Amino acid sequence: MALNLIHRASLALLAAVLMATGAASAADSDARALHVLNRLAYGPRPGDVERVAGMGVQRWIDQQLHPETISLPSDLNARLAALDTVNRSAGESLAEFLELRRDVRMDDEGAKQRRREAEMRASRQAAEARLLRAVESPRQLEEVMVDFWYNHFNVFAGKGIARALVTSYERDAIRPHALGSFRALLGATAKHPAMLFYLDNVVSSAPRPDAKGKARGLNENYARELMELHTLGADGGYTQRDVTELARMLTGWTFDQKRLARTGETFRFDAGRHDAGTKTWLGREIAPAGQQEGEYALDVLAMHPATARHVSRELAQYFVSDEPPQALVDRMAATWLASQGDIRAVLATLFASREFLAPAAAGTKFKTPYQYVVSAVRASGVPVANVGPLVNTMSQLGMPLYGCQTPDGYKNTQDAWLNPDALTRRIAFAAALAAPLDPAQLQATLAGSISPRTLGIVQRNPDNLRAAMLLGSPDFMQR
Amino acid sequence: MRRRHFLNAVGAGLLLPVGRGAWAVSAPAAGPANKKLIVVMLRGAVDGLNVVAPVGDENYLRLRPTIGLAAPGMEGGALDLDGYFGLHPALASLQPLWAARKLAFVHASGSPDATRSHFDAQDYMESATPGRKNTPDGWMNRLVAALPGPRSPSRLLGIGPVLPRILSGQAAAVNLPNVAAAARADLLDRPAVKAAFDELYANHPRFGRAYADGRAAHREVMDALEEGQMSREMQAADRGAPLPNGFPDDAARLAGLMRNDPKIQLAFVALGGWDTHANQGAATGQLANRLAPLGQGLAILADRLGPLFDDTVVVVMSEFGRTARENGNGGTDHGHGNVMWVMGGKVRGGKVYGDWEGVGDAKLNEGRDLPVLTDFRSVLAQISEEHLMLGDKRLEQVFPAMPQKRPGFRIVAA
Repeated sequence: MALNLIHRASLALLAAVLMATGAASAADSDARALHVLNRLAYGPRPGDVERVAGMGVQRWIDQQLHPETISLPSDLNARLAALDTVNRSAGESLAEFLELRRDVRMDDEGAKQRRREAEMRASRQAAEARLLRAVESPRQLEEVMVDFWYNHFNVFAGKGIARALVTSYERDAIRPHALGSFRALLGATAKHPAMLFYLDNVVSSAPRPDAKGKARGLNENYARELMELHTLGADGGYTQRDVTELARMLTGWTFDQKRLARTGETFRFDAGRHDAGTKTWLGREIAPAGQQEGEYALDVLAMHPATARHVSRELAQYFVSDEPPQALVDRMAATWLASQGDIRAVLATLFASREFLAPAAAGTKFKTPYQYVVSAVRASGVPVANVGPLVNTMSQLGMPLYGCQTPDGYKNTQDAWLNPDALTRRIAFAAALAAPLDPAQLQATLAGSISPRTLGIVQRNPDNLRAAMLLGSPDFMQR
Repeated sequence: MRRRHFLNAVGAGLLLPVGRGAWAVSAPAAGPANKKLIVVMLRGAVDGLNVVAPVGDENYLRLRPTIGLAAPGMEGGALDLDGYFGLHPALASLQPLWAARKLAFVHASGSPDATRSHFDAQDYMESATPGRKNTPDGWMNRLVAALPGPRSPSRLLGIGPVLPRILSGQAAAVNLPNVAAAARADLLDRPAVKAAFDELYANHPRFGRAYADGRAAHREVMDALEEGQMSREMQAADRGAPLPNGFPDDAARLAGLMRNDPKIQLAFVALGGWDTHANQGAATGQLANRLAPLGQGLAILADRLGPLFDDTVVVVMSEFGRTARENGNGGTDHGHGNVMWVMGGKVRGGKVYGDWEGVGDAKLNEGRDLPVLTDFRSVLAQISEEHLMLGDKRLEQVFPAMPQKRPGFRIVAA
C-alpha cells in the first residue's frame, strides 16, 4: 500500500517533470520562431509561430534565403498584376510625367488636375505594391532586404522626375539583387536613371564652359555618397581629392530624358562628357579608359575591406542590435571578402551566429514606423484593403514611404525613432486597427512576445480595449 | 447659507492649484529661466555665400558667374547690408529686422572639423563635439540640464516628427510633429483608454519615460491653448492665404505656444532641402524658393513673439558651407565655413561679425571654400553665457573641450 503510494507519487512527479521540460522546449522553439519572424520577417501573422517552429527555425531561415523556392500566393500575384502604374517601364512612366508637365506649362485646361490625379494614382499604387508584399508575401526576407537596400541606396521620390522613376528603381535595380551579388546591386543602382538624377551624376561632365544646358562641368554629389554611404563609409579612409577624382572617373555616366521616354534607354555613357585625363584615386593611377574607369571603380569599391566592414555593420545593426558586436561584424566582413560580396552568404553568417540567436537578443530592436505599421497589420490577420491609413501613419511618424530626402536613407535605431510623440501616435494607430479584432486570437498570434506583466494588465481591462492594448503595448514596439 | 459658502470656498481652494492652467494664472517669476533660445538648423548645408553674399569682393562674381547675386540696386540684386555684404533678395522679409538692429550674422563660421559629410557634420554640430562621434547627447539637452529653474518636459521642445540628436540625452525633451496637431485632443484623453495605457507604460524601463513625457507635454500644450489666445490666433492664421511652406505656419504657432506656455525655454526646428548641387539659381530659383519661406517664418516668429522677442535669441545654423566656386551644373558642392544668423530683441544687430579674409583664391580653404575663422561653439557659448546666464562651470559641461579662443565680438547684450 505504502509502496504503491510512493510509486504513484514518484510517477506523478516524473510526469510533471516531463511535462515541464516538454513545455519548456516548446516555449523555447516558439521563442526562437518568434525571434526570427521578428527579424527576417515583419513579425508573425496568425499561425506563423507554430508553422515556423513546426518546420524548424533553421529550415525556415534556409528557405527565406532562397526566395525563388517560395511561390507567391495567386491572389497576391493577381493584386500586384492589377497595379498598372507599378508594372510600367521607367520609360513609360517618365513619358507620362513629361507629357503632363508639358501640358501644365502650356496651361492646358485641367492639366494641373490631371497631373495631380496621375501622381496620386502612381504614388498610391507604389505604396500598395510595397505594403501588399511586405504584409502578405511569404518571401519575407526578400521584402525586408528590399527595404534595407532601398534605404542604403536611397532615392527621394520628391525630387523632380525621380517621382516617375523610383518604382522602376526598386523593381529593376534593387529587388533582383536583394540577396544576390553586391557588385551587381551597386552597378544596377549606379546606372539607374533614378540614382543618376537624384545625386546629379546625370549632369556631371569634364569642364565644358561653352556647352549648352547644365552639363558644363564636374559634379561631386554622387561620387561622394558612393564612397561615404554606399560603400567605404565615412571613415573609409578617402580624401576630398579621392572624391573629386572619382567624380572625374564617372563623368559621362548619364541618361537622356527624351531617349528614356521614347526608347526606354535607361543609361548611356556619353564619351563627349567624359574627362579623358589620367586620375589618381585611392592611391592608384587610373589610365584613361572611358566607361571602364567607372566600372573599375565599382569593382574596387565592392570588394574593398572597408566596404565589407561598413555594409556588414549596417546589416548587423539592422538584424542584431543598434550597437552590433564587432566580432560578428568581422566574421561577416570575412565572409564578404571570401564570397566576392555574396549578400546571401554574408546573411547566412549573420543568421547562424550566436550573437543573432542569443535569447537575450530578442526584442532588443525598436521597430521603425514602417516595421511597426507592417507588423501590426500582419498580426491583425486582416487583409490589406486600403493602404491610405497605413501610408498616412508612416508619414505622421516621420517615415513617409519613398520620402527620405537625404541619401543616407532612414535609420533603424531606437535613438532615431523613439520619442514622446511617436508612442502616442503608435497607440492611436493600434487602437484604430484593433477595433474589430478578437483579443484572444491576437494574443495567440503574438504568443511569447507579450510579457506576463503586460498580459496581466490587459486581462484586467475591458474586452473592447484588449486588442488595442496588445498592439499598443511596450512589448509590441520592439522586435 | 454660510456653510454652503464656506464649502464652495474650500472646493475652489482645493481645485485651483491642480486645475487647468494653474501655472498660467501665476505670473512667471522674472529671472534667467525666462530667457529663450530657438535654434533653426538648415540640414543639407545652405549656401551661405549666397545668403550673406560678399558682393563687394571683386572675386565673388568671378567665382560665381551664373549663380552670383548682382550688386545692390541692380535687377535681382542683393539687398545691401553694410556696403560690402548683401542679403539674398528672397530674404527681403528680414530687412526690417536688420534695419532695427535685431538681426546679425557671423560669417566664415562653423565647425572646425574638416569633414564634408553631411551626416557627420550635422552630428558634430548637434553634439557640439566636432571630431568625436561617441558623444551620447546633444548640446541643447546638456544646456537645459545645466540651466537653473524647474524641470518640465516641454522646457526643451522640438518641432518635428522625430527627436533630433541635438535634443536627445538625459534631460526630458519632447517633440511636436506640428503645433496644430498637438492642439487637438487625442485618444489618450479618454479616461478609460488613458488609464489602461498609463498602467501599461508606468515605470516601464525602456519606454516609460518617453510615454510620461509625451503625456505631460500634451497636457501642457492643451492647457496653454485653452487658457491663452492661441486658438484664436491659430484660426486667424489658418483663415489667411495658405502659406507656401510649412515653416511660416510652424513659426507662427511656435511663437503663440511660447507666449502661452512659459515653461518652454529652448526650442529647435530643422528644415531640409539645402543641398543644392545643381541648378540652385541666383536671385530666383531653387535656393530662393527655400529662402523665402524661411525669411518669412523668421519675421513672423519675431513678430508673434511680441514682448517675448526681447528675451529671445534665434540662431540659424547649417552643418557646413558650400564651394565658393560654382560647379559645372549651376550648383555648389560641399564646402567648409558658412554664415550663422542670430536674431533677437537684445541682439546687437545690423552687423556682420566674424573675422573675414575675402574670397580671393589664396584665402580659400583648400582652394575651394570659406575657412572656419569663428568656431560655432564660441558663438553658442557666448549666447548661453550672456543671454541664458549660464555659469562658467556649467558652460564646460555643455560645450566640453572647446578651444579657449573667444570671439572678438559681443553679439548679444546682457
